[in-house]
Amino acid sequence: MDLDALLLSRLQFAFTIAFHILFPAFTIGLAAYLAVLEGLWLWTKREAFKVLYLFWVKIFALSFGMGVVSGVVLSYQFGTNWSEFIRLTGGVIGPLLAYEVLTAFFLEASFLGVMLFGWKKVGPKLHFASTVLVAVGTTISAFWILSANSWMQTPQGFQIMADGRFEATDYMQVIFNPSFPTRLAHMLLAAFLTTGLVVGGVSAWRLLKDRAAGVKTEGWSESRISLVMAVGLIAVLAPLQLVVGHASGEVAHKYQPSKTAAIEGYWETRADQPLHLFGIPDRNAQKNHFEVSIPGVGNLIQGVPKDEVIKGLDSWAREDQPPPFIPFFGFRIMVGLGLLMIGLGAWGAVLIWRKKIFDSPLFLRFAVLMGPAGFIAVLAGWMVTEVGRQPWVVYGVLKTRDAVSPVIASQVATSLIAYVLVYSVVFTAGAIFILRLMAEGPVAAVTAPSPRGQRSPGTPLAKAPEDTTPGRPDRVPGDPK
Amino acid sequence: MNLDLQLIWAGLIAVSVLLYVTLDGFDLGIGILFPFAKSPGERDVMMNTIAPVWDGNETWLVLGGGGLLAAFPLAYSVLMPALYLPILLMLAGLILRGVAFEFRFRARNRGRKFWTQMFSGGSILTAVAQGLVLGGFIQGVTVRDDRFAGGQFDWLTPYTLLVAAGLVAGYALLGGAWLMMKTKDNLHGDAKRWTRISALIVTGLLAAVSVATLLIHPRVAARWGFDLHDGFALELAKLLPLLPIPLLGLIGLGIVFVMSRKGSHRWPFVGAILVFLSGYLGLAVGFAPYIVPYALNFRQAAAPDNALGLMLVGTAAILPLILAYTAWVYWVFRGKIDEEAGYHH
Ligand code: HEM
Repeated sequence: MDLDALLLSRLQFAFTIAFHILFPAFTIGLAAYLAVLEGLWLWTKREAFKVLYLFWVKIFALSFGMGVVSGVVLSYQFGTNWSEFIRLTGGVIGPLLAYEVLTAFFLEASFLGVMLFGWKKVGPKLHFASTVLVAVGTTISAFWILSANSWMQTPQGFQIMADGRFEATDYMQVIFNPSFPTRLAHMLLAAFLTTGLVVGGVSAWRLLKDRAAGVKTEGWSESRISLVMAVGLIAVLAPLQLVVGHASGEVAHKYQPSKTAAIEGYWETRADQPLHLFGIPDRNAQKNHFEVSIPGVGNLIQGVPKDEVIKGLDSWAREDQPPPFIPFFGFRIMVGLGLLMIGLGAWGAVLIWRKKIFDSPLFLRFAVLMGPAGFIAVLAGWMVTEVGRQPWVVYGVLKTRDAVSPVIASQVATSLIAYVLVYSVVFTAGAIFILRLMAEGPVAAVTAPSPRGQRSPGTPLAKAPEDTTPGRPDRVPGDPK
Repeated sequence: MNLDLQLIWAGLIAVSVLLYVTLDGFDLGIGILFPFAKSPGERDVMMNTIAPVWDGNETWLVLGGGGLLAAFPLAYSVLMPALYLPILLMLAGLILRGVAFEFRFRARNRGRKFWTQMFSGGSILTAVAQGLVLGGFIQGVTVRDDRFAGGQFDWLTPYTLLVAAGLVAGYALLGGAWLMMKTKDNLHGDAKRWTRISALIVTGLLAAVSVATLLIHPRVAARWGFDLHDGFALELAKLLPLLPIPLLGLIGLGIVFVMSRKGSHRWPFVGAILVFLSGYLGLAVGFAPYIVPYALNFRQAAAPDNALGLMLVGTAAILPLILAYTAWVYWVFRGKIDEEAGYHH
C-alpha cells in the first residue's frame, strides 16, 4: 500500500466531506423552515410569510444544488479512494446507504422540482405538500447517513468472515448502534441551530440597515418576524443541544475511550481527572503544553464517580492513539460556540419578553456576528468526531490505512487538486450569489426589478405566483385586494 | 419461496443504469447542444425544459452507484479504482453543470456567460467521461485477489474514445428529440435539425463501436457467433436469436428519421430511446453475467444474502412509489415550453 496515497486520500475525503456537510447542515433546517413558512402563509394568509418564503427558497435552491453535487462526489469516493473499506464492510453498511437513496434522495430531488418550478402548475396545497416532502426527505437522509457513520464509530451486529469480509448478524443492531440516537439528535439540532443562526443573522442585519437608513418600521415587518422566529428557536434548541451534546460525550466515553481521552487532553490513565480548559496537546512529548486546568472536576463532567479510573492516551500504543490536536481544539471551539448560542437565545428571549428586541443594536449586532457560528461549530464537531476515531475507520476493527484503494499517490494528488479547484470556483460563486441575495433582502427581492430588467425563467421567483393569480391563498374570496 | 436475490439485484442495477442513461441522457444532451443554440433566449428555454427534472434524473446515477456498492460491493471496489480518473472527470462535470442551473440564472453578464459555458462544458465532460467509463468497463478490468490490479490509464484506448464519442452523440440525439417534444417554433425547428444530424452521427458511431467491439473482444464476438481468430467464421445459430437487438436499434433510427420528416413531435424521442435500449442490450449480451467484465461475475461479487434481502424489501416497497411520483412530476411539467411562458412578469 502506498502511504502517500493514504494521506492524500484522507485529505481529499476530509476536504470533500467538509465542503459537503456545510450544505446539508443548512438545508435540513432551511427546508423545515420553508415548510413552516408556507404552512403559516396558507393558514394565516399573511403576505409577510409568502415574502419570506419566496426569499429563503431562493437561497435554499442555491444551497441545495451545491449540497446535491458535492454529495454525489462522496458516494463515488467510497469506491475510488476507499475501495477496501467497501469491499470489506459493504455488506453491512451498503444497505444503509442504499436506503438513503431510496427513501430520501428521490423524494428530495423530485419534489424539489415541484417546489421550485411548480407554483403555477399545482395548487397551493400540493405545493405545500411538496415543500413538506422535501423537508422530510432531508431528515430521512440524515437518519441513514448518520446511522452509517455511527456504525463506524460504535460498530455492532456484525461478524467477520474467514476471508475478512464483514457480514451483518442483525441489521437492527447495525442501524440502531449505541452512538446513533445521540448523534442523530445532536446533528439535527446542529442543523436547526445553523439555520436559525443564519436566518436570525440576516434578519438582524436587515433591521440594523433599516435603522441606519432611518427607516421607521412599525408592527411586524418580514425581518422582524423572521428574527423573532429564529431567536425563539435558538433559545429553546441551544440549551437542548448542550444536554444532547453531553449525552454524546457519555456515549463516546463508554464506547470510544481513546476519543474521549483525545478530546479532554488526558494523557495519563487515572482516577479523579482534571478538566483541561486549554493546552497544546503534543503527541511527541505525550503531554499538553501550557495547560490551564481545573483539578478535580474532570470525572464530574464525564458523568462518572470521582474515584473511577478514566483512560488517558497512555493506555494505547502510540500508533493506536488518535492525533489529539484537532479533537482537543475542535471540541473547545464547538462547545464555546454552543455556549455563545445559549447566551444569544437567552438574551434574545429576555428582549422579546420585554418587547425591546428590535431596539437593541447591540443584540442585533451580536446576532449578525453569530450568523455563521453554526457552520463553524458543525465543522469543528465533525472533525472532533472523525479525527477522534482515528486510527480506525471502523472503530476497533478496521484501520483507516487498511481501507484505502489500490491507487497511486499521483492519481490521488490529481483528483485532490481537481476537487480543490472545482470546489473553489463553485463555492466562491455560490457564496457570492447567496450573499447578494441576502443583501437584496426579502422585500427587495419580491418587488424590485431584476438587474436585467426581466426575471430569468427557471428562477424560483420567475415561477412564483403574482398577486393576480387566481386561486392563490392570498386572494381569499372577499379579499378586497 | 426461494428468490434468487443475486439475480434480482443484478437486474435491478441494470435497470437503474438504463433508466439513468436515458433520463439523464436527454438532459446531458441539452448541455451538449447548448453551443448550437442561436440566442441566450433559446438557451433559457432549453434549460427550462429540464430544470424541474434533472435532479431526479441524476438520482438514478446515485442509485446505480449506491446500489452497486450495496449489492455488489466487490464489483464496486474493483471498478471504482480501475476507473479512477474518468470517474473524477465525470464528477467534476456533474458538479459544474449541476450548479450551473441555479448559478446561471443568478449571475449577471460575465458570470452568466461563464456558467452557460460551464453548463455546456460540464455536460460534455460528463458524457465523455461516462463514455470512457463504459468503454473501460466493456474492455475489461485486471483483477488479482479480488482487487483492481491494472494500470491507472487502462481505460484510455482508441476503443474507449470511440465509445465516448458514440455516447456523446447518443445523448445529443436524446436531447434533441426531447427538445422537439418540448418546444415550438424556431427552437423546435433547430431541435429537429440537431436530432437528425445526431441520428446520422449515431448511426455511424454505433456501427463503428459494434465492429470495434467484435474485433477487439473475441469473447464478445463469440457470443454473437463470430469467430475472427483466424479468418472469418459465422455461426448463424448464435447470431439469429440475437438479431432482434440490432434490429431494434435500426427501427429506432428509422423512427427518428421518418417521423421527424413527417413532423411528429414525440415519436423521435421514442425512437431515440429504442436506439439506447438496443445499444444497451447489445452490450449486455457481450458481457453478462460478468459485473466486472471477464473477471468477476455477479454471483462472485454479490453482498451476503441478508443484505440483499433487506434491501429488496425496501426496494419492493419504495421503488413503485418513486416511479409513481417521478411520473407525476413529469406529468405536472408536461407540455411545451416557450420563450414567453418562461417569463412571468
Ligand atoms: C453545547 C455543548 C456541546 C457539547 C457538549 C457537544 C458535544 C459533542 C460531542 C461529545 C461530540 C462527539 C460525538 C462523538 O464523537 O460521538 C460532538 C460532535 C458534534 N457536534 Fe457537538 N456539542 C456541543 C455543541 C454543538 C453545537 C452548538 C453544534 C453545532 C451547531 C455541534 C455540532 C456537532 C457536530 C456536527 C458533531 C459531529 C456529529 C457526530 O457526532 O457525528 N455541537 N459534539
